[in-house]
Amino acid sequence: MTAIDNSRDALNATAGGVAASNGAPTRPSGLAGIPLLAPDAAKQTKKEFTSDQEVRWCPGCGDYAILAAVQSFLPELGLKRENITFVSGIGCSSRFPYYLDTYGMHSIHGRAPSIATGLATSRPDQNVWVVTGDGDALSIGGNHLIHALRRNVNMTILLFNNEIYGLTKGQYSPTSRVGQVTKSTPMGSVDQPFNPVSLALGAEATFVARTTDTDRKHLTGILQAAAEHRGTSLVEIYQNCPIFNDGAFDLIKDRTQQEARLVHLLDGEPVQVGPEDDRKTLVRMPGGGLEFVPAASAEGADVVVHDAGADDPSQAFALSRLDSPEMTHVPMGIFRSVSRPTYDDGVRAQVEAAVTTAGGPATDDDLAALLRGRDTWTVA
Amino acid sequence: MSSKTVQKLDRVVIRFAGDSGDGMQLTGDRFTSETAAMGNDLSTLPNFPAEIRAPQGTLPGVSSFQLHFADHEVLTPGDAPDVLVAMNPAALMANLADVPRGATIIINTDEFTKRALAKVGYAENPVDDGTLESFHVHPVPLTSITVEALAAFDGLTRKEKERAKNMFALGLLSWMYTRPTAGTEAFLAKKFGAHPEILEANLTALKAGWNYGETTEDFASSYEIAPAVMPPGTYRNITGNTALAHGLVAAAHQAKLPLVLGSYPITPASDILHALSALKRHNITTMQAEDEIAGIGIALGASFGGAIGVTTTSGPGVALKSEMIGLAVSLELPLIIVDVQRGGPSTGLPTKTEQSDLLQAMFGRNGESPVPIIAPSTPADCFDAAFEAVRIATAYRTPVFLLSDGYLANGSEPWAVPEVADLPDLQVEFASEPNGVDDKGEPVFHPFLRDPETLARPWAIPGTPGLEHRIGGIEKADVTGNISYDPDNHDKMTRLRAAKVAGIAGIPDLAVEDPSGDARVLILGWGSTQGPIAAAVRAVRNAGHSVASAHLRNLNPFPANLGEVLRSYDRVVVPEMNLGQLSMLLRAEFLVDVRPHTSVRGLPFSTVDLADVILTHLEELK
Repeated sequence: MTAIDNSRDALNATAGGVAASNGAPTRPSGLAGIPLLAPDAAKQTKKEFTSDQEVRWCPGCGDYAILAAVQSFLPELGLKRENITFVSGIGCSSRFPYYLDTYGMHSIHGRAPSIATGLATSRPDQNVWVVTGDGDALSIGGNHLIHALRRNVNMTILLFNNEIYGLTKGQYSPTSRVGQVTKSTPMGSVDQPFNPVSLALGAEATFVARTTDTDRKHLTGILQAAAEHRGTSLVEIYQNCPIFNDGAFDLIKDRTQQEARLVHLLDGEPVQVGPEDDRKTLVRMPGGGLEFVPAASAEGADVVVHDAGADDPSQAFALSRLDSPEMTHVPMGIFRSVSRPTYDDGVRAQVEAAVTTAGGPATDDDLAALLRGRDTWTVA
Repeated sequence: MSSKTVQKLDRVVIRFAGDSGDGMQLTGDRFTSETAAMGNDLSTLPNFPAEIRAPQGTLPGVSSFQLHFADHEVLTPGDAPDVLVAMNPAALMANLADVPRGATIIINTDEFTKRALAKVGYAENPVDDGTLESFHVHPVPLTSITVEALAAFDGLTRKEKERAKNMFALGLLSWMYTRPTAGTEAFLAKKFGAHPEILEANLTALKAGWNYGETTEDFASSYEIAPAVMPPGTYRNITGNTALAHGLVAAAHQAKLPLVLGSYPITPASDILHALSALKRHNITTMQAEDEIAGIGIALGASFGGAIGVTTTSGPGVALKSEMIGLAVSLELPLIIVDVQRGGPSTGLPTKTEQSDLLQAMFGRNGESPVPIIAPSTPADCFDAAFEAVRIATAYRTPVFLLSDGYLANGSEPWAVPEVADLPDLQVEFASEPNGVDDKGEPVFHPFLRDPETLARPWAIPGTPGLEHRIGGIEKADVTGNISYDPDNHDKMTRLRAAKVAGIAGIPDLAVEDPSGDARVLILGWGSTQGPIAAAVRAVRNAGHSVASAHLRNLNPFPANLGEVLRSYDRVVVPEMNLGQLSMLLRAEFLVDVRPHTSVRGLPFSTVDLADVILTHLEELK
C-alpha cells in the first residue's frame, strides 16, 4: 500500500504554518503556540515516549502496531513530552495513554472529546490527542464527537475502528456490518452502521482521513498531517481485533487483493484504483453519481480530481460513499483538509480582548469594582 | 407639595402579580433597587411559571414578585403581603388566598372584563360583588390611564402604550412608599436608549403613576419606612446567582488561577452562566457545551490543565454528570459542581425551589465516592459559600458540591460588600519536582503520593517537565498511580479517599443560638431555610418560649461538634424542603431521633407555620 506522499508534499510543514497546495495564504499550524524543543537538543527517541507500563492488549491486536507507530512518530513533532497530552475514553483503544510517557488521562466512556476540549481551550501550549474506538466515539460518545468536529477544537482524534466491542467481549458496534453475528446479535445485526468518514464530513469536520493499523508509513504520514492541521482532525484507523472480529479488513490487507480495492486519495490527482495494467479512473456520470471506468475510456469524461482543500465537502462526501460492506473500493488518505477558525482560538481571543480592552489583568481594584456593582449605599 | 399625610411603618410586604408578559419581575426588581437605595433591609421572592409566555390571562400564566422591606433586620420575603398589586383577574385569583384580611389590594380594573373574568372562572366581578369587602381595595384603571397619559406619543401603537402600565404601577407604588425613582429613570435610559420614544413613554408612565397617587383622593396617605440599622459598611442588593458567580470570580482572583466554566443551560442555574460569560475581563472562560456531561467534561479537562473547573446545573443535570463527578473523585482533581436545586423528580418544577438533591449530591454516584458539600444559607451567603468551595476543591484536589436552590438563586437581599484585602489568599502550589525515586534510585514522580496533612495528592499540570504521568478512572496503586486491581490496594485507596474528605480542615464548629440558655428543643436547618427558621424562632422567643437554633452550611463533612450538639437537646427538629433527607443523614450518622418537618410546595417555609410547628414540639415536651 502506498503512502500519502503527494498530499504530504502539498501540506508541507513550515515553521509557522502549512503551505496550501493552491498557493493560498499560509495556514496556521496545529502546533503553533506549543513550545518546541531547542534546535540543538538531542533527537528524541521512541524509547523516551514509551512508558514503563506493561502493555496489556491481546496478542496480535492491531493496537500494538498503532502504538508503535505513534511512539515512533511523536519524536518527529519536535515537541517536549510535557507539552503533549493524550486523553481517552473507555475501551481497548482507550488504554493507549498509559503506554506513552506524556501527560495522559484515561477518562470515562465516550466523553474524552469534552475533556480534551476543556484542556485544549485552557492550555494552548498543549498538543492534545484523543484516542477512541468505534463504540466509544460513535455510540456512547457520538454527541461529543460531532460537536468537537463542528467546533473545530485544535486536537487530533484517533478513532480505532475494529467494528466490534472488544473490551466487553464481542458485542456488535455502530460500525459493525448488517448481518454480523456477534454475542449480542446471534441472528445477525439489523443495525445500519455509521460510516465514520461520512459522519465526520456531515458534522462540519475540517480534517478527515482514513488509514490502517498495518501500513506504518501511511499511518505515520496521516498522523503528521493531522497533527499539523489546526482544528479537530479526525483520523479513522482500521484496526483488526484478532479475538472478536478477526479478519474484518483482510480484503484490503491481502496483498493480492488490496491493489484492486484501495483507492489512494492524492490531492490534485485523478482518483484511481487498480494495478497499472487494470487501472480504473473515477468519473462523474451524467446523473451526478461517481463510477470507476477503465482508465483508457476516461478520456474526455468528467474525471474526479481529488481536492482535499475544497470548501464544499460534497465531493469528499461522495468519495466516502464509495465504501461498501464488500469493500469493493475503499478510499484511503485525506478526504478533507480545510482551514477554518478554531473554537479554542476564538474563545481565548475573546478573553484576551476583554482583558486588553479593560487595560490588562484584573487588579484587586477591578475585583472590588465588580463586587460593588452599580448601586451601593453606605451605612456609617 | 402634597397635602397628603405621611405615615411611618416599620415593615411592609408588597406582592406584584400579573400576567407573565406584564413585566412584574422587572417592576419588582426596580422597586427592590429603589428600596435598597433607601437603606431598608429587604428580602425578595420572585415566583414565575416555567413557560416563557403561558396563555394570556390564565392562572398558569401568573407571575409574581414579593418584596419584604423594613427598618429592622429582614429574614424572609414575608409570608403574607400587606399590599397586593393584581394586574388581572388571574393574578387576583392566584394570590388572594395569601392576602390577610385588612390588607391593601390595588387592582387594574381595565383587565377585569367579562371575558377575562370568565377565563379564570369568576362568575361575577370580585371588585364589586363583595368578595373583597374585608380588604382595602384601590380600583385603578391602570391600562387606560397609562394609554391616556401617553396620548401625545403618536409614534406608538396602543399596544405599545399599554405595555408601559407596569411603569405606571411602579410610579404609584413608589409614591405610596416614598421610594426615589432616579435609579429607575437611569435604568430605563440605559435599557431604551436606542428607542427615545419608548424611553420617554416609560418615563412618562412612571411619572404619571407617581402623580396619580399624589393627586387622586383614593390614596389618602403615603408611607415611610425608615432605614434599617445595619452594621457599617458598603452595601448592595444581590441575588444568590449573582453572589455565587462573584464568589467564584473572587476565589479565582485570590487563587491567581483562571476559571473555566463548562455549562449547559438549565433553569434556575442559567443566570450563573450568563453572569460569568460577561466577566471575561476577569480571566473567566465560559463554554456552553452540547450537553450536561460535556459541560462537566470541559471543566474537568480545564482542572487537569491547572484551571479552576466549574460546572453549573440543577438536579436533572447533576444526574447526567454523576459519572464524571465519580471520575473527578477518582482522579482527585479540583472541580466545582454548582447545583441550583429545583423541584423534582425528573423535570419537576423548574422554576420552584426545593432542597431535594442533598442525597443525590451525597450518594448519587457508583462506588464509594465521597464529595464535600456546602450549602449557602442566604442569597448573599452564596458568595462566601462559593469562595469556600474553591478553597476546599483546590486545597484537597476534590470535586465539591455547592448546593444552592431556586429560592436563593433568584431571591435577593442587601449584602455588605467585602473588602478585597480581607479575602483569604487561596493560592496553591502546583507540583514542580519529582517526589520519589525508582528502584534504580532515579528521581520519579508519584502522582498519588499524598500530603500527610491533607491527604491531597500533588496537582501536577501538563507542561511541567519531568512530571509526565497518566491518571484514569481505573483504580490506581497508592503512591505510584499505576493501574492496580490488587484487593488490599483498592481497600486502602477507598478508605484514603474517604478519609481525605472526612478530614477537611477549616470547617467551623456548629454555632448554637440559645439566648435563654435553657432550651430543650433545637431547631436545625440547612441551606436556604435559614431565613424562615430564624424568623419563626424569633417569633417563638418573642412569645416567651425557649428554643435553640443552629444552621448547617457544611453538609459533608459535618462540623466536628455536630453529634455533641444533637445529643445535648431533648428534641431536635429539622425543617427541610424535601421529605427528610438531612434527617436521614443525621439519624444514620449520630443515632439521634431527629424529627423532620418537611414541605415540598415549591415555596419557602412560612414563618407562621414554622412557628406553630415549633410551639407544638415545645408543648409535647411539657
